[in-house]
Formats: sequence, C-alpha cells, structure tokens
Amino acid sequence: MTSRDTERPLGAEVVYERPRALADVVTHYCPGCTHGIAHRLVAEVLDELDVAGRAIGVASVGCSVLAYKYFNVDMQQAAHGRAPAVATGIKRVHPEAVVFTYQGDGDLAAIGTAEIIHAAMRGENLTVIFINNAIFGMTGGQMAPTTLVAQKTTTTPRGRDPARAGYPIRVCEMVSVLDGAGYVARAALSSPSNIARAKKAVRKAFESQLGGYGLGLVELLSSCNVNWGMSPGDALRWIETDMIPVYPLGVFKDRSEAGAEAARMEVAG
Amino acid sequence: MSGKVLMKGNEALAEAAVRAGCRFFFGYPITPQNEIPEYMSGRLPEVGGQFIQAESELAAINMVYGAGGAGARAMTSSSSPGVSLKQEGISYMAAAEVPGVIVNMVRGGPGLGGIQPAQSDYFQATRGGGHGDYRTIVFGPATVQEMVDVVGKAFELADKYRTPVVILGDGMLGQMMEPVVLPEPIDPASLPPKAWATTGTGGRRPPVVINSLYLDAAECEAMNRRLQAKYREICAREQMAEIAFPDSEYFVAAYGTTARICRMAIQEARARGHRVGLLRPVTLWPFPAEAFETVIGRAKGFLTVEMSLGQMVEDVRLVVAGRAPVSFYGRTGGVVPSSDEILIEIEKMVEGGGSM
Amino acid sequence: MRLAVIMAGFGGQGVMSMGQLLAYAGMFEGKEVTWLPSYGPEMRGGTANCTVIVSDEPVASPVETKPDACIIMNRPSLDRFEGAVVPGGLLVINTSLCDKPASRGDLRVVALPATDLAAELGDVRVANMVALGAFLAVEPVVQAASVVDALKKALPAHRQNLIPLNERALALGAETARAQLTA
Repeated sequence: MTSRDTERPLGAEVVYERPRALADVVTHYCPGCTHGIAHRLVAEVLDELDVAGRAIGVASVGCSVLAYKYFNVDMQQAAHGRAPAVATGIKRVHPEAVVFTYQGDGDLAAIGTAEIIHAAMRGENLTVIFINNAIFGMTGGQMAPTTLVAQKTTTTPRGRDPARAGYPIRVCEMVSVLDGAGYVARAALSSPSNIARAKKAVRKAFESQLGGYGLGLVELLSSCNVNWGMSPGDALRWIETDMIPVYPLGVFKDRSEAGAEAARMEVAG
Repeated sequence: MSGKVLMKGNEALAEAAVRAGCRFFFGYPITPQNEIPEYMSGRLPEVGGQFIQAESELAAINMVYGAGGAGARAMTSSSSPGVSLKQEGISYMAAAEVPGVIVNMVRGGPGLGGIQPAQSDYFQATRGGGHGDYRTIVFGPATVQEMVDVVGKAFELADKYRTPVVILGDGMLGQMMEPVVLPEPIDPASLPPKAWATTGTGGRRPPVVINSLYLDAAECEAMNRRLQAKYREICAREQMAEIAFPDSEYFVAAYGTTARICRMAIQEARARGHRVGLLRPVTLWPFPAEAFETVIGRAKGFLTVEMSLGQMVEDVRLVVAGRAPVSFYGRTGGVVPSSDEILIEIEKMVEGGGSM
Repeated sequence: MRLAVIMAGFGGQGVMSMGQLLAYAGMFEGKEVTWLPSYGPEMRGGTANCTVIVSDEPVASPVETKPDACIIMNRPSLDRFEGAVVPGGLLVINTSLCDKPASRGDLRVVALPATDLAAELGDVRVANMVALGAFLAVEPVVQAASVVDALKKALPAHRQNLIPLNERALALGAETARAQLTA
C-alpha cells in the first residue's frame, strides 16, 4: 500500500485498488477465469467488514488449491473435500475468528459432500465460497457433479448422459433445507450487474457468520473457458444461457434479521 | 493407596488427555474405543473444551488438522477400520507439521475384521500409514497406567516436533480396568505459544500458512529432507523400552497387551530354570534399537510374539541383523495368545529351535 | 498370593459391577488388581463375563484361561466355564438360574439360590452380592468390609441408601456358603 501511496500523483483520487486482504501476487489462474473475481469479492468484503486481521481461510483442492497464497490472511490448506471439517476445527479453537473456506464443485459437491452437509447440519459459523463451474478444472476438464446434462467433458466425451452419469447436483437447494444453514445464496460472475449482486451475497455470507446465524454459503456460477473450449466472452454468456436455467440465482435461505424476502429480491438476477 | 483410582483404559486415557491440556476431541463411534468419545463428550465442556461427533473418520482427523493448525492440543480416537480412513489426514498433518494425537484401539482385521484385540496395525502405524515419506511417533503402552503416562508424553512430543503422534492400544487395554495415578492437570494457557499457528494476523504480522502442497519438485524434496532430519532427531532422542531380566540369555520381544502375557510365560519359564527376559518396546516408532543393542552381545535368541502374523518381528530382525536367531509366534484376528502357548515357543527357542 | 476369578451370567445380573467391586476392594487393600470384561454385542443383553485378578505382585496378564474360581450366575455360564477352572478351584453356582449341578468332581463347589435369596431380601438385583459374599467366605481374597467401602465409593449420593441391603446380601451369601462347607 505504501509504495502505491507514494506513487500517487498529487491531487489524484484512488477510485480502484487492490483490496488489502488480497495478496500482491500474480495468480496462476487461466486468462478469462472468474476465480480472480471471486477472490477479489471475498477480499473486498473482508476489508469492508474490517475482519481480515481475524480471518482464517481454508484453501481446498482444485484450481483454487493455491488460494493460500492469494489472501493476505492466515490460511490452512485442506485435503480434497475436507475444508469444512478443517474450518470447523479452526473455528472451534478460535470462535472469535472469521473462518471461511473456498471450494470448487469437485471438492465441495463430490468428494466433500459429507463434510459440507454436516458442517451445515451442525450450524457451524463458517462462510463457504463455493465455485461452481460445472467441471473439474485443475485435473483437465473431467465431469463434475455439477456438469450439465449433455455437457461434454473429458470423462463424458459424448456429453453427460443421465442414464450413466446422473444429473447435476444443486447444492444451494440441498444445503438450504438444513436447519443449521444461516445464509444460502447462488449468484453468477457473468456480468457486472451479476457480480455486484454476487458481492452482496458474499457479504451476507460473512455477516451470517458474524451474526452467529450458522453456515453461510454462496455458490458462484463461474466460467472455465479453457476446459469448456470457449472464448472468455462466450464462456460468460454460456453461464447465463445454459447454467442459470439449471442453477437458478437467488437467496435460498437467510436467517439474519434482514429477512429472506428482502434479500431474495435484491440478489436474484 | 491415596491418589489411585480404578479406571477403564479408555476412560483413563481420555482423562489423561484432558489433563495434558487437550481441549478438542473429534471422533466417530467404533468398537472397542467408544468410551473415549463418550467420556470426552461429557468432560470437555467442563473445562471449556469442545467435542464433536464427526460425520466420518475423515472429517474427524481433518478437524484435528484444523484445530492443531490453529494451535490447540487436539485428539481423535478410533479403531482399525476407522484409522485406515484417518490416514489421509495424518499424512497431511505430517507434511504440514501439525501436531495432534491419534489413538488406535486396534481390533482384528483386515476389512471389517472383528472387535477383539489385535496388533495387526503395527505396519500401518510405524511406517507412516498414509501416502508419502513420513513417520509418526508411535507408543505401544502395556498397562492402563502406562497408557495414561504416554498420553501426556504424546502431546508433549507432538508439540515439540510438530508431528502427529499415534497411541497404539488394543481392545483389551481399552476395556480393562486397573488402578491408575492420574497426572496433575496442565492448563493449556500455560503452554508455550505457537507462532506458526493460524490465529488471525491481527493486522500485526504477515499471514501464516499451514500447507503441504509443493508443486516444485525440488521444494517438495526439501520439505521431505527437513522431515527426515526431524525423524532422525526423534530416533536419536525418543526411544523408550523396558527390559525385564536384562542378564538373560534369551529374550522375548513383545509390546502392549501381548507383552503382559509374555511376562507370565517368562515367569513360568524362569521357574523352570530358563534364563529368559522380556524386551518390551514402549515406542514402536522410533523402534528402540538401543535397548536391543544393550543385550545383543549375550543374547542367544529372540522370540517375537505379537497379536498379528508377523509385523514387529521385521523390525526385530532389522535390529538384530543376523547376530542371533529370531523366531516368531503370533495369533491374529482377535485371538489372544495364551501364556502356555508362549511358554512352548520359549522352550523351543531355548532348545535351539529358533530360526533366523 | 494371586487369585483369578471369572464371573459370568446374563447381562443385567450385575456380573460386571460385581467384578468391579471386587477389584475396587482389592485396590483399597493395597493389592494389585485388573478387571477385564468381555465386550461387544454380547454386552447388549446376552451373556456377559469379566475376569478379576487380585494379586500381591503387579498383574502380568489380565487374561486368565485357567481361573482359580468362577462365579456362575446362569446355566450357559456353567457350560462355558466349568471346564476352565483349575483342579481344586472354586465354583460358586447360582442354582436359581442354573438347574444343572457341577459335573467335575475335582472342584470345591458352593451352590446357592442367589437370586431367590436376593428376592427374600427384597430385591433380586442384589443376587450378585449374595454370590460375591459366598465367594469371599470361601476365598477371602479381600474382606467383605472392603467391598462395602467400594460400594460406598461407587454409588452416587442418592443410592447410598442401598448399602445396608447390599451388606445384608453379602452376609447372607457368606452364611449360606459357610453352612454348606461345614455340612
């Protein structure tokens, strides 16, 4: 921050800068990937809520495996799918800390299904950032549990056939029915307006933790243009044309005082 | 007899953990260790601790990873099939250098096996157990009192070396009652601070990261070399063993419950005039090679007895290295060897039947 | 001195607590003790047994395949354990729930209707104490008073009123056993 401050011309106003909670490093994400946007939203919220100093993040396994390098907060790297269990251990030791996990769809909705469901069941005061890009990115584009019907991946070369590979899993719908879930919402990183709504959802998911309402989960529909075989622009449009119809946006649960209805109107795309 | 209480092994172990400053326990029910989570669920809230009955062994060990990484003394317990599931987390803890204590009240295996006492998880415990080049410190206590004593030691060494520590008991040790003297409680607040733990930066220091990912092969190798240096130090400093009748000509090597039965057989053998002693490893890793060296010069033979079909005997053979015959006797699947059976094997050894 | 006793019966007959009280009593008297239960599905209402060893020396093995004595609270336990007792050992049999006499001639046998005697005292649940009293009359490995001390320690405050009943049960078992031995 100091270096940037000194570089600033006299009288110039800062209108956009790196959030303090985001480390000043170059990420490894592919050009066009929306992970960077999601990281930024989390960091902005940590700054705005002034909780970065007591934040402890849990990185998962998948493309975001290196998230521990990108947030300027204490981090633990977790085994594949186990981030909610690791976060539970941390939060029980430091109940005053703001603990979050950052997980992809393979991590959270396949190998870690038990961990996320049971963290929600217990009403752990955690924030879960769930990146749904309908594919395994890190390992090279295999089917994810969230892969759409007929979507081609390297393990569904003829398209996902429900008769053989089942149907897309809707995590928000599933988690929101659990009494221990405090805030559950789905947003999309597909357009500036949707990103603005996504940020509100991320903020609410942290506020749910701060208010002690239980597990706050935000599912962010994200693009993987490389493994989808699309241009970055087409990938963002595909979120809107193909993913949102299967994964409707909105607030599925909000136990905070603000109330579910008001928030639903605001966030729904 | 003041200060002595009669306690079940599992409960004594749990209380000893609380007294060692353990405030976080995560577990999943499995016979024959259920008294440990049951005890902890009632006891930990009394001392400001937390108990979670996790959704799985995987979740439980990863909660230990989280809590240990966050700086707390944390523990999980299970029995053989459940400990297989925990190996993932133990490997991560070893690599990320997160302390924690894992209790395995071993039962017959493989597979679902049975619920009777066994020692067939020796390889798993002493060779690391999960993926990668690592070891865990492993204790194999033989009495309820010793179990209590090694719990305190386990937490101490886990913190000192930043490494997971395994306590290998068995169903019998967990279920039996014996008089014990419990140690004075340690206040966890009095333990040295852990600068490496995740606590939140407070805006005052750079972030700490608990991590086991090294995408650069050279960095990953360097991490491994660092671990190996630590393991060498542990081997040099932390071996524990008991030698009964050290001036003997023949030795029975056994640990845990089996060592108790061997002691009975040895008493009978000595009554028959055989010069037989007991060499009982207390740490299974590091394997107490030094104790073997103290008797190897005069030893005419070793008999290793286990509740397995031959696991620790490999370590005995490595240490003895052909300098004396090493024979083996084992029962498995939950069958406990009788002292009569062992006595027969001792007499075979003394009569020269020991094989290399 | 080293004495190993196996106590066996149905779950619910107080077999485990009888063994624990004996172990406690031994500990109070400064002796070395172990208590080893059978465990597993059989705990849930099936047959249960435990092994107690009381010794002047540290107890090596808590397992005893040739016990010095057995307290048999039901018929299946007689079938299972009679053969294991060392020659000259002691068999205490609860004839209320075991209609078969001991078949071995090389054992000392005390046969008493422990459950019926307990019922006469007003509570069948002290049948275990009747049997333990009989056992201690023949093998005074600990004093009955130490068992009562153990009971005082083991029972919660609101159950301390049961101690006189248990004392009577121990005494009744002992009297019955002595009468048989002198008969």
